[in-house]
Amino acid sequence: MSAQPDLLYSEEEEALRAAVRDLLADHCDPAGVITRTESGAPHDRQAWKALTDGMGLAGLLVPEELGGQGATHREAAVVLEELGRAVAPVPYLTSAVVATEALLAVAADDLLGELASGRTVGVLAVALNTAPHGAHKAVRLENGVLHGELTGIADAAAADVLLVPADDGGLYAVAADAAAVTPQVSLDLTRPLATVALDGAPGRRLGDAEPAVRRALRAGAGLLASEQLGVADWALTETVRYLKERKQFNRPVGGFQAVKHRLAQLWLDVVGLRAAARNAADALSTGEDTDMAVTVAQACAAPVAVRVAEEALQLHGGIGMTWEHPVHLYLKRAKADSIAYGTAGAHRQALAELAGLQAP
Amino acid sequence: MTDAAELERRTAELLAAHPPATTGRLDFLRARFDAGLAWVHFPEGLGGLGAPRSLQPAVDAALAAAGAPDNDPRRIGIGLGMAAPTILQYGTEEQKRRFLKPLWTGEEVWCQLFSEPGAGSDLAALGTRAVREGDSWVVNGQKVWTSSAHLARWAILIARTDPDVPKHRGITYFVCDMTDPGVEVRPLRQITGEAEFNEVFLTDVRIPDTHRLGDVGDGWRVAQTTLNNERVAIGGMRLPREGGMIGKVAKTWRERPDLRTHDLHQRLLTLWVEAEVARLTGERLRQQLVAGQPGFEGAGMKLSFARLNQRISGLEVELLGEEGLLYEDWTMRRPELVDFTGRDAGYRYLRAKGNSIEGGTSEVLLNIVAERVLGLPAEPRTDKDVAWKDLSR
Repeated sequence: MSAQPDLLYSEEEEALRAAVRDLLADHCDPAGVITRTESGAPHDRQAWKALTDGMGLAGLLVPEELGGQGATHREAAVVLEELGRAVAPVPYLTSAVVATEALLAVAADDLLGELASGRTVGVLAVALNTAPHGAHKAVRLENGVLHGELTGIADAAAADVLLVPADDGGLYAVAADAAAVTPQVSLDLTRPLATVALDGAPGRRLGDAEPAVRRALRAGAGLLASEQLGVADWALTETVRYLKERKQFNRPVGGFQAVKHRLAQLWLDVVGLRAAARNAADALSTGEDTDMAVTVAQACAAPVAVRVAEEALQLHGGIGMTWEHPVHLYLKRAKADSIAYGTAGAHRQALAELAGLQAP
Repeated sequence: MTDAAELERRTAELLAAHPPATTGRLDFLRARFDAGLAWVHFPEGLGGLGAPRSLQPAVDAALAAAGAPDNDPRRIGIGLGMAAPTILQYGTEEQKRRFLKPLWTGEEVWCQLFSEPGAGSDLAALGTRAVREGDSWVVNGQKVWTSSAHLARWAILIARTDPDVPKHRGITYFVCDMTDPGVEVRPLRQITGEAEFNEVFLTDVRIPDTHRLGDVGDGWRVAQTTLNNERVAIGGMRLPREGGMIGKVAKTWRERPDLRTHDLHQRLLTLWVEAEVARLTGERLRQQLVAGQPGFEGAGMKLSFARLNQRISGLEVELLGEEGLLYEDWTMRRPELVDFTGRDAGYRYLRAKGNSIEGGTSEVLLNIVAERVLGLPAEPRTDKDVAWKDLSR
């Protein structure tokens, strides 16, 4: 380890946060997000257009000479915090982070430019639950075309191009309309999964799949922690706000010590997650101590985000169980995120190696 | 404003005028104080230069590299961490000149006479009485949990000067001479077998009014300065990865494959992650302070470390199996220094139990977080408008 990581937010990062939050307040109000989940078009294309066309955010990780913003994971992490806070149904993590990282690994400059503009959505065709070092499926390459079915592909329904690992060790770009993409009924309504069936689909070989998939999943796991931070932060902030207003027994419910202590404990958890998430984002941007930082962030983030979302529901009482109240969107996102890019347990297992704490 | 270059120049000057190799320890420390390099953020003439606090580490490092002695800060932690900031904020010019220099050099050790058997979490209910007699005060009462009392020359003391007003308003803050014949210090043995703390009995102790800090009746406000600094001192130690308690158990895990089980492995990894996250949280807090964006994270650091230390040390005893059934030594001792991560696992387990009690219980700190950070309603206060003498006890 060399210098200390920068765990703060710069003024520019705070300005970016404010701009994204403003935009999401206009596009992704909770009632609208709930309605959209059952609309048959679960992704919010207008919000995506505003984030990408309007603000250029899909290109944060892409160098300027390829049409991107040449920013770093630190800025992308701030965007993800805000997207998590709004449980925004946009393919940012999947396209602007994971697929983009895979394309950076294979230097697919043309596709990088398209993804950076946001007009093309790319998705890595690896199941969402795959950990950075976990096994994943590959499709068959036969006579120059691709065959096979992949499941659990997040945001595939919104994708224009799929990045598909094949059994020759290559990563292939496949046009989404050359594949059969079928939505799966998903626990997380705001990041729906789909199956991808390839039946003789043509693909363009971009390069070796293995390093590209590993790099993509590591960045996805590391920045997912910032999304989880946003989810947890919303759940805590909204619960505290509500419990100052909600009265039972002629007192605000937030004044009961049993409740206060639980909220204070959740706040401690969120403070810890913020430090871990900033550390992972900074490590991804500097390349220092990255595996350790990502692993620690993911081992921390899932339990915290799930705990805060579960407590938020409980402390809302009956209203928290209704479809109308948005807290369930956050619970579903938090729970799905706890599996995405590897569970906390999978990351702890990786940590045993990294920290030299071997199993019996 | 004194900048880094100026401090570097002054440090070099000090070293040239008082070469550590040929200067006595105390002479050097006194010269360092006079040069304003003791605590650079203190005012000129009081051991500092009015420089930003963030410049201190560079001075410390340069002096250490030159082989200069330090003031053994752990031995005089209460003086440095609690008495000094309070004296600086509330002391008269005369008090600052009298007390701060020997405090910093360690010639005079300080202790803290706050807690009482009947006033723990509810410290403001304290009953030690101070009664004015001419130019001095006569103090009677009992204090408890006083570390270093048997070594101390001075104490910071809060006592009740007006029992007829509500509890927070009738307290006054004093500097108490521990050599006064009315001061009796008795060791207080704790669950570890040793006596790290003392009970202090005060019988007709006379304190001149010139040793009062702040106004009569304003002692509670003065004490807040002391207590806030205590919590920073307890929760705010900078640690490397695997610093602190987790490093001990990780070392045992690596050296003793025979002790490993799958269950302990999972729990160890979980705690390792939590310890690393707590370390990063502390690092983030320090970066916020340096950047002048004080966050609320400090309020939580002590809570997190207490819980972690208890769980990690508990795991370590269990990991040790048959050895975990043993204890190094129950002999009654009065240690000069306390190291939460010292001695054996059994000691660490027992000592860590105090981490959620000393310096504010975790229950009180959770209330503080809930009320001051999250803005939740305060606890009902039935004692707010009741004179201290009429409180139920």
